[in-house]
Amino acid sequence: MSGHSTYQPQNAFLQWFEKRLPIGGLIHSSFVAYPTPRNLNYWWTFGGILSFMLGVQIITGIVLAMHYTPHVDLAFKSVESIMRDVNYGWLLRYLHANGASMFFIAVYIHIFRGMYYGSYKEPREVLWILGVIIYLLMMATGFLGYTLPWGQMSFWGATVITNFFSAIPGVGEAIVTWLWGGYAVGNPTLNRFYSLHYLLPFVIAGVVVLHVWALHVAGQNNPAGIEPKTERDTVPFTPYATVKDGFFIAFFCIIFAWFVFYTPNFLGHADNYIPANPAVTPQHIVPEWYYLPFYAILRAIPNKLLGVCALFGSILILAFLPWLDTSKVRSARYRPLFRQFFWLFFAVCIGLGYLGAMPAEGIYVTIARVLTFYYFAHFIIVLPLLGIFEKTKPLPNSISESVLSKA
Amino acid sequence: MTTVPSAEHSRRDFLYIATGSVAAVGAAATLVPLITQMNPDASTIAAGAPIEVDLAPVADGQIIKVFWRSKPIFIFHRTQKEIDEAKSVDVATLPDPESDAQRTKPGHEPWLVVIGICTHLGCIPIAHEGEYHGWFCPCHGSQYDTAGRIRKGPAPKNLVLPPYQFVSDTRIRIG
Amino acid sequence: MTMHRAFIALALATSLGAVGAAQAQEHAPPQPPAQKWTFSGPFGNFDQAQLQRGFKIYKEVCSSCHSMSLVSFRNLAEAGGPGYSEAQVEALASEYKIADLDDKGQPIERAGRPADNFPSPFPNAAAAAAANGVAPPDFSTLAKARTYERGFPWFVFDIFTQYQEQGPDYIHAILTGYEEPPKGFTVPSGGHYNKYFPGHVIAMPPPLTDGQVTYDDGSPQTLEQYSHDVAAFMMWASEPHMVARKRIGFQVMIFLLVLTGLLYFTKKKVWSAVH
Repeated sequence: MSGHSTYQPQNAFLQWFEKRLPIGGLIHSSFVAYPTPRNLNYWWTFGGILSFMLGVQIITGIVLAMHYTPHVDLAFKSVESIMRDVNYGWLLRYLHANGASMFFIAVYIHIFRGMYYGSYKEPREVLWILGVIIYLLMMATGFLGYTLPWGQMSFWGATVITNFFSAIPGVGEAIVTWLWGGYAVGNPTLNRFYSLHYLLPFVIAGVVVLHVWALHVAGQNNPAGIEPKTERDTVPFTPYATVKDGFFIAFFCIIFAWFVFYTPNFLGHADNYIPANPAVTPQHIVPEWYYLPFYAILRAIPNKLLGVCALFGSILILAFLPWLDTSKVRSARYRPLFRQFFWLFFAVCIGLGYLGAMPAEGIYVTIARVLTFYYFAHFIIVLPLLGIFEKTKPLPNSISESVLSKA
Repeated sequence: MTTVPSAEHSRRDFLYIATGSVAAVGAAATLVPLITQMNPDASTIAAGAPIEVDLAPVADGQIIKVFWRSKPIFIFHRTQKEIDEAKSVDVATLPDPESDAQRTKPGHEPWLVVIGICTHLGCIPIAHEGEYHGWFCPCHGSQYDTAGRIRKGPAPKNLVLPPYQFVSDTRIRIG
Repeated sequence: MTMHRAFIALALATSLGAVGAAQAQEHAPPQPPAQKWTFSGPFGNFDQAQLQRGFKIYKEVCSSCHSMSLVSFRNLAEAGGPGYSEAQVEALASEYKIADLDDKGQPIERAGRPADNFPSPFPNAAAAAAANGVAPPDFSTLAKARTYERGFPWFVFDIFTQYQEQGPDYIHAILTGYEEPPKGFTVPSGGHYNKYFPGHVIAMPPPLTDGQVTYDDGSPQTLEQYSHDVAAFMMWASEPHMVARKRIGFQVMIFLLVLTGLLYFTKKKVWSAVH
């Protein structure tokens, strides 16, 4: 995987500096000369979009932290003072709140893209697992952040999610009390959630560096799912990938801006504009939309401990995907059967998301159980068997051949 | 690749420059909210509205401290001796030359109203102390006279006069 | 445990909403009818005269029970709001008594200033609940805190139509939704039948009737008009920067469309050598 060019600074100072800290060469080889498969489609721009969104969330978050007060008596008020009094405070808060949703939209597309094109397969297992870790950290960060405005959903969301840990036999109650720092969700809880919400994004940024590092060791996968063989199969990252990413980030920003400026509360809950009240639970308690499929899995299982296990298991099982999928062929393009099961799995996830927002009663529970069963069966039964029985289509000899044959 | 027609070349350059410029404008505009959010917010500005102070209870020779825009304001009801002391100085010899008349309102000579923050590095000077019977700053030893003028020490300027006016003989409006 | 019980007891005793929750299953309320609002859509703007009328209703009727603690008098003179002058706001603020401390640290009541927030009718939530059965909700964010189930597929369309006036629609529906309970429906004491309230039993007695508030601008003095005006005012109180948001949003949209277009052609140019 040699680059298209090497970094040779002309300037004397840069030469002096490069000898002592070759950071210019690192940037050059990683983001300029880095060979990227020439057949990448727009689904591959979501890595860039995610980096962009992480930046947006960290910058707006740091700014909001300058005005926010993590105290049960002041949190709601301070958020409202951001909305009312701070210069452009409403903009910064709506960017941050909707930015979280955009971040999750992008990460879901990124994950499904990886699943469709088999991006988790050898030699990219570590790259994939690092991605699962980032996703888990994002979920934790999103949850912690949602408690900070200290509205009704903040409070009761925090109560319900922390109660997951009470399912652990024996020590569950003690763990929950420890998480709360009290006998219920209260000021100590809010304070520590704020601290952790500030910390985790930087942990995410650290794991993102590892993720990108692992990516640059293995090289990018591509829609054909075959490795680049010659220099004709690749183009340098800059300008080709940068301008393509840039275009799609700008396009993504249009959707982002639509939510921020025109329907800023669409993705939130009205109940969170009611200050937290430990004496009254909202009638319909639902998590943010991006947790809904997992919430449906939790409620589909009648046993408390098993429900919580299924919830965590449904995320952790992703880490084992590289070994559960036994097929040698990566891309769904050459796997006709897998492609159908992929879309079935996709539909199941959407269905679970819908059920997560519905009350857990009657027919909804039955459907949720069926879909939960398929969710796990997809990983444990379908993928291992497909690799054995599926008749795959012939792979092209090279990336350039696959590009030319399409044209 | 080797023979690019010059017309196409310039069109391509124009496109790149236009895209780069628009992106740069967007980046600059994004900085505006990120920077102005650190300025005082609307509630802080509203809370900095003018205040009125009743001078009637302030005895001869007494200094009271009130707060305006989170700053201490010293209101000094000077005795005749203190006024004379302030007036007798040769203005030209002062580090920051200002006459006593410039530091008070005409017809209200007994009243000196200054922002109680040392012009050196922002400490609050102690009243009725120092060689000049005005203020003494405990931080770095600046000394002010009975007109709040710097006489000795590292402070470069006299104590700052806040904007204020007399709404009646015994009432002032600061701000 | 006793503390826990006390909380539950408090919740049950003070919240007729809990009664509503129990009955919600059998008596799902109809959807509030969608109203016309000047502030809907990408170019929506508040109608200053309407906000002033709504404020008059708040001041003369609602404020005797409902607080609006996060809104200050000065907000009434800020851009994008009801458009009162600074002098009007100063005069209005001075009509209110604000709790403060004097120079000697003793509690006093002084005249309000534009920087003060609206004083609350009750000293705290418990006192408000004790006096009313249920604590009347604060108006500051109420228009954003109330909604109703839109259902599939309407909630998807709402993204594109930018429909987000569920709050004002709901408030208007509640104010106009008082009627005689249907046969066989028993309203618990202290409750009132409302067509649009979840569970139909609301603690608030019908607050507005025709002719109750005098308008100076010749607008009809009807319940229908009152409900619109006060709901519009509450929307402004919840989202005082909405006008600026939509204006800046339009500028951002134009900018992003231009940038995206330019980047698209740049991308095409760059990639033309490869394809």
